Amino acid sequence: MYNLIGAGLIVIGGGIGLGQIGGKAMEAIARQPEAAGKIQTAMIIIGALLEGLAFGALILGK
Amino acid sequence: MIGAYLKTAFFALMLTAVTTVQAQDDHLTDHNVHVTDAEDDGKVNTDDEIKSYIEHHLKDVHDFHLFSYTTDSGERAHVGFPLPIIVWTTEGLKVFMSSEFHHDDSGNVLVKKEGVTLAKYHSRIYELDNGVDQITFDEEHHPTNANKVLDFSITKSVFGIMLIGLIILVIFGSLGRQYRKKAIPTGMGRVLEPLVLYVRDEIARPNIGVEKSKKFMPYLLTVFFLIWIANLLGLTPLGFNITGQIAVTACLALFTFFIVQFNGNKDYWKHIFWMPNVPVIMKILLIPIELLGIFTKPFSLMIRLFANITAGHFVMMSLIALMITLKAQFGAVGSTGLSVFLSLFIFFIELLVAFLQAFIFTLLSALFIGMAVAEHDHPEHTGTGEEDVDEVRERFV
Repeated sequence: MYNLIGAGLIVIGGGIGLGQIGGKAMEAIARQPEAAGKIQTAMIIIGALLEGLAFGALILGK
Repeated sequence: MIGAYLKTAFFALMLTAVTTVQAQDDHLTDHNVHVTDAEDDGKVNTDDEIKSYIEHHLKDVHDFHLFSYTTDSGERAHVGFPLPIIVWTTEGLKVFMSSEFHHDDSGNVLVKKEGVTLAKYHSRIYELDNGVDQITFDEEHHPTNANKVLDFSITKSVFGIMLIGLIILVIFGSLGRQYRKKAIPTGMGRVLEPLVLYVRDEIARPNIGVEKSKKFMPYLLTVFFLIWIANLLGLTPLGFNITGQIAVTACLALFTFFIVQFNGNKDYWKHIFWMPNVPVIMKILLIPIELLGIFTKPFSLMIRLFANITAGHFVMMSLIALMITLKAQFGAVGSTGLSVFLSLFIFFIELLVAFLQAFIFTLLSALFIGMAVAEHDHPEHTGTGEEDVDEVRERFV
């Protein structure tokens, strides 16, 4: 039961983080469409690092 | 390309070794995986059956099992083929085919081999104590009169990795032969060449550097195609779950870990043990943090790939199971339609994830390697910091 609540909290945190990353990347691409490739790569790296963190917490909590 | 094949074969060998060392106390096995046949007047509890099916799929198994069905005479028939079981027992090495267990996973079928009695329970092989002819379990489903053996079996995942090695050997072998005759490949090579160039131009070169990346390209390409093909194989009805085994991803992460440590230059170690350009107290405080960072990087690589693929398989199988669980509410056609629609949707996302995870693993490996081999150019400054400001000011005035 408690680990399910924990999983929910992790997903909320991860969701906020991914939303921030995605939103800012969209803004950045809209400002400078010619840099879209570089921004996308950076976005994916940060997204992956965040994902690693969230998944780590999920696995440890299981 | 023989080198690539040897590497994959080496992966396979290492994986079997790691599987044996894997967590002794596996919480997944604590559930009673076996379906209740006799409860509720012979009716099978579908929820339990689906749960056990998914759990069974997510684990590594000792035989290649495609599906099973009930024949007209009421017997359970299994379709698939056995794989070799190689175990190291107290009486030495034992090699036999998994068909001797007759698809039993509950420890009931005993295999007697010169002096030892073996039983398979929850995809683990146990050696029974001397003179015991029935395996017993305590409340947590741990056997009380049997011990685990060192298991080097060719399991389904190992078989899958060998298959990937063969696929890589065939497709890249033909690409390599084509380059001897002409500059532009044909057929399968047309697909592979842009991918190889993509790994080189988008992953290796920007993160490691043009000259230094040459040394690491073979590893990055091998790991990229191994993970990608393994992820794609996991989406076929063959039911592989190779990158969803934590032993596999742990091995891959270990390779990155060792490559980073062995190729780390003076600057890399200096940034860990004596960070330049920070106060001495910070230098000391940063040592444990940086040391921890060495291990968290491969750890997050391992967890990310494992959790992504496991979650993907779990979601897909749950959506397919909707067909059965929602039958009462929506009818056969409605639930099947919903299930097909949702699982098709997830399937396309999983196709993307299969590529993305291979890309991420390779990219982060390249990033870590690049951080270890980068040459920094720090002027070690000894003053209070004001001198630097003056220097900078002079430069601009």
